[in-house]
Amino acid sequence: MTHTENERILEIRDLWVSREGHEILRGVSLAVARGSVHVVLGLNGSGKSTLAHVLMGAGGYAATAGQILFEGRDIASLPINERGKAGITLAWQEPARFEGLTVERYLGLGQPEPDPARLAEALEAVSLDASYRTRFVDEGLSGGERKRVELAAVYAMRPKLAILDEPDSGIDRFTVSDIARLIHRMAEEGTTVLLISHSDEVVEIANRASLICGGRIIQTGDPQTICSRYIQFCNPCENPDLVEREGAYERL
Amino acid sequence: MSDFDLLMAAYEASGGDPELFSSSTVARLVVSGNEIIGANQIPGIEMFAEQLPDGVRVRLAVAPDTQVALPVHLCFGMLPERGMQRIVATFEIGARASVEFVAHCTFPNAIEVEHLMEGEIHVGAGATMRYSETHYHGEHGGVFVHPKARVIVDEGGRYYSGFSLSHGRAGKLDFDYEIDVARNGLAELDAKALGWADDEIIVRETIRLNGEGARGLAKSRIAVRDRARSQVFGTTEGNAPMARGHIDCVEIVRDQAIAHAVPVVRVSDPQAQVTHEAAIGTVDKKELETLLARGLDEERAVDIIVRGMLGD
Repeated sequence: MTHTENERILEIRDLWVSREGHEILRGVSLAVARGSVHVVLGLNGSGKSTLAHVLMGAGGYAATAGQILFEGRDIASLPINERGKAGITLAWQEPARFEGLTVERYLGLGQPEPDPARLAEALEAVSLDASYRTRFVDEGLSGGERKRVELAAVYAMRPKLAILDEPDSGIDRFTVSDIARLIHRMAEEGTTVLLISHSDEVVEIANRASLICGGRIIQTGDPQTICSRYIQFCNPCENPDLVEREGAYERL
Repeated sequence: MSDFDLLMAAYEASGGDPELFSSSTVARLVVSGNEIIGANQIPGIEMFAEQLPDGVRVRLAVAPDTQVALPVHLCFGMLPERGMQRIVATFEIGARASVEFVAHCTFPNAIEVEHLMEGEIHVGAGATMRYSETHYHGEHGGVFVHPKARVIVDEGGRYYSGFSLSHGRAGKLDFDYEIDVARNGLAELDAKALGWADDEIIVRETIRLNGEGARGLAKSRIAVRDRARSQVFGTTEGNAPMARGHIDCVEIVRDQAIAHAVPVVRVSDPQAQVTHEAAIGTVDKKELETLLARGLDEERAVDIIVRGMLGD
């Protein structure tokens, strides 16, 4: 099967998501082209992370209406590990820590047969040296190091769709340009990247962008256009009450 | 095949390296049932062992100022399905000496076996002793393990203990350590166990910080499933100025298993400080979802999290 540039790997149709009786996503529609780097830009509390979790199938969020089509198949009812097996994965904004699990083992978990060369490549891609292989993915790593390990794990997995939730937040000595290089490497390997961010700095990495506010995608277009609108209207926020209210639920 | 070879074969099958027991530069003692079937003494370590009707009496002494470069290996085990092995052990670590003991306890065929360890440990002033004990049990669950130790750490001494029972069925475990720590001394206890079916795990860790600036950490990591039971009793006392202690207990529970934790903190000096944390419950949701998002099935993901916590 050959893929064209315009082929949609992910299509979200009129997605509504509630939590504890409150709507967090209100009719999100979004199409992501295969092989693209698509950024979803929005302020804290706009529904970005909820969107990332719902796409991955993480617990606590339930779609009340709408469809999530991945490679043409509705995955809205699939459990998280089935979505993982289908080729979707998520780099969490605040990655979990695992007592007693080495970085090397952690990086290999997404691969059917861990390949040492690939693991070395993944560490190098996030500027961590080989000494990290034997370190534990626990409190011994700083928040920034843990975040880089998370990105390396996603890279090592070679997913079809990588959802990166705020990859640039809390990363020490790993700059936006480092993240850009990593994302471009992923894209060169055929991974589609859905980048979730509140930072307009990352927009230049993307070749498509969407603006999210109050649980809705309010505009999709070329990154510069979306970025300009974001800077002009969202920062400062046009609708702070709404965003703050929705943010309260996202933080739960 | 000799008992030694059979014990080594069982040890190797459970992941150990039998080569360690053939090197002339490594101090070692191998006991099968109540028979001493292998021993190697090296300069600086005095080793005495005698047979008892139901086990062995062992005395291990490290001369003052001796730095033992390679770990001393101790192998205790029983190959028969039924029986008792009682180890009466005394460890005397001279002042400023440094030594590491690695103990392997192998009971591959146990249906009704008791393994009792009665330890008296003295860590001299400024000395360091590391002791790790790893158990390799069969799948029958017919082992009663009762490691009991009284430890005295003199001024500036350091004592580190690790206990692990996660290969095979735990059976019944009653771990009971009591430690007294003098001025500027340090004691760290780390007990890990995995239980399933109707296994029963009891961990008692008591650290008394009696000297100024003494420090202690009592850490336990237990995972139980099926109908297994676990109880952790951690007590730390701060009895002197600037004594610092901490109890850290995590128990993961699944199925119909039941876990119980009783952290006790007792402070008798206003300048001492002892803290505790205990977490009992299912596998952390964030950890689980992270592994599921890599495409792992839930059973494997839980196993990876539990095994990691237990240090496997």
